[in-house]
Amino acid sequence: MGLAKRIIPCLDVDNGRVVKGVQFVDIRDAGDPIEVAKRYDEQGADEITFLDITATHHERDTMVHVVEAVASQVFIPLTVGGGIRTVEDIRRMLNAGADKVGINSAAVKNPDFVREAAERFGSQCIVVAIDAKRVSAEDEPSRWEIFTHGGRQPTGIDAVEWARKMVANGAGEILLTSMDRDGTKSGFDLELTRTISDAVDVPVIASGGVGQLQDLSDGIIEGHADAVLAASIFHFGEHTVQEAKQQMASQGIEVRL
Amino acid sequence: MRRVAVIDYGMGNLRSVSKALETVSGQSAQVIVSSDPDEILSASHVLFPGVGAIRDCIDELKRRGLKDIVSETARSKPFMGICLGMQAMLSHSEENNGIDALGIIPGQVKAFNKPLSARGDKLKVPHMGWNQVHQTCDHPLWKNIEQDSRFYFVHGYFVSPADPAVVAATTHYGDDFASAIYRDNVFATQFHPEKSQRAGLQLLENFVNWDGQS
Repeated sequence: MGLAKRIIPCLDVDNGRVVKGVQFVDIRDAGDPIEVAKRYDEQGADEITFLDITATHHERDTMVHVVEAVASQVFIPLTVGGGIRTVEDIRRMLNAGADKVGINSAAVKNPDFVREAAERFGSQCIVVAIDAKRVSAEDEPSRWEIFTHGGRQPTGIDAVEWARKMVANGAGEILLTSMDRDGTKSGFDLELTRTISDAVDVPVIASGGVGQLQDLSDGIIEGHADAVLAASIFHFGEHTVQEAKQQMASQGIEVRL
Repeated sequence: MRRVAVIDYGMGNLRSVSKALETVSGQSAQVIVSSDPDEILSASHVLFPGVGAIRDCIDELKRRGLKDIVSETARSKPFMGICLGMQAMLSHSEENNGIDALGIIPGQVKAFNKPLSARGDKLKVPHMGWNQVHQTCDHPLWKNIEQDSRFYFVHGYFVSPADPAVVAATTHYGDDFASAIYRDNVFATQFHPEKSQRAGLQLLENFVNWDGQS
């Protein structure tokens, strides 16, 4: 009896519409973020994360309205990431009804931004998103570095040191994505997840690579993650969040059923 | 008609709280988000939310002239504190190197000192996610909420009231802590009912329908 491990569906939103093909069988308009969020809420999602992939500044206003609309109807925690660069960006998202914001490249550019944000709004709403890629050769001890620009741009920053630094600066949670696994459906990088999760004392969300339900359980049991984030496995109606939780529960993982 | 005032003192997101209250109230109550003392004093129910750090919370209440309003409404109307709002109701908090709080309920707010799990490894702080709430009393606000229901928590500090009789629920994280407290017309939760789906909405509905008697 105690704290449940969380399942967090992630939705990519471009100019107010869910993209990357969410295809629930019985939803008329699967591109509507409100409909999709409601469906995941009904399935028992513990939180929902929106990733704003809108390119232009002007269209970012749309994301604020999406958050407002979802927060009026879905009463579970909402996180918004993508394009969060200023204290004003954070304030707008929180006022719209987001509970947490994900900060990624803005933190790499200016680590003090995370400190400023945590001091202003509290650590509980500051999630630092880390995109890590394995840089060690096979016969070397494992080592990962932070990459930006969707995994294309190396920074030379060690992932473990970076995670510790971000927590010291006030991050309340780490969203950890393996750039080697993202989109591969071959499971989380469990060694990376475990290494980071054991190195910091804030919750870690594992992300990148989920292809089947067992991957989620592995992320918790072997990766020591506190929460697991997945996109495509839920989008196409292959599996529901409820099924995922039942599978996790059958392996002794505490979940909210 | 009932009027529920959500106290706006600049701490965090009030939209979710007000939307959740509107959802459960329907036509039976009006929900206002306000920092106006008269408006708050004239409401039938007062909700005192909060996220962030306690020093800012107390400073903002003072700066906006709302400190006494909170204390006064907590004596006179159905009153509910949430998360930091709950913590601010106690006498003193360890956060920010020690801050005197409102003293509505005598007691301390303490940090999770990197507690150990049963397995002996350290627990993550903040305590974040869905945990079970074990009701330790009969209370109108627990109506239609199953024993040990899960609610959403996110906090690094917890309340330790001086009088254990005010504890309305406990939750286990490393150790048991008070996840809800009550006294007379006051009820407060460490968790966020506005983010706790069905059980949370039920609790808020119970609050809107509450006459302040426990």
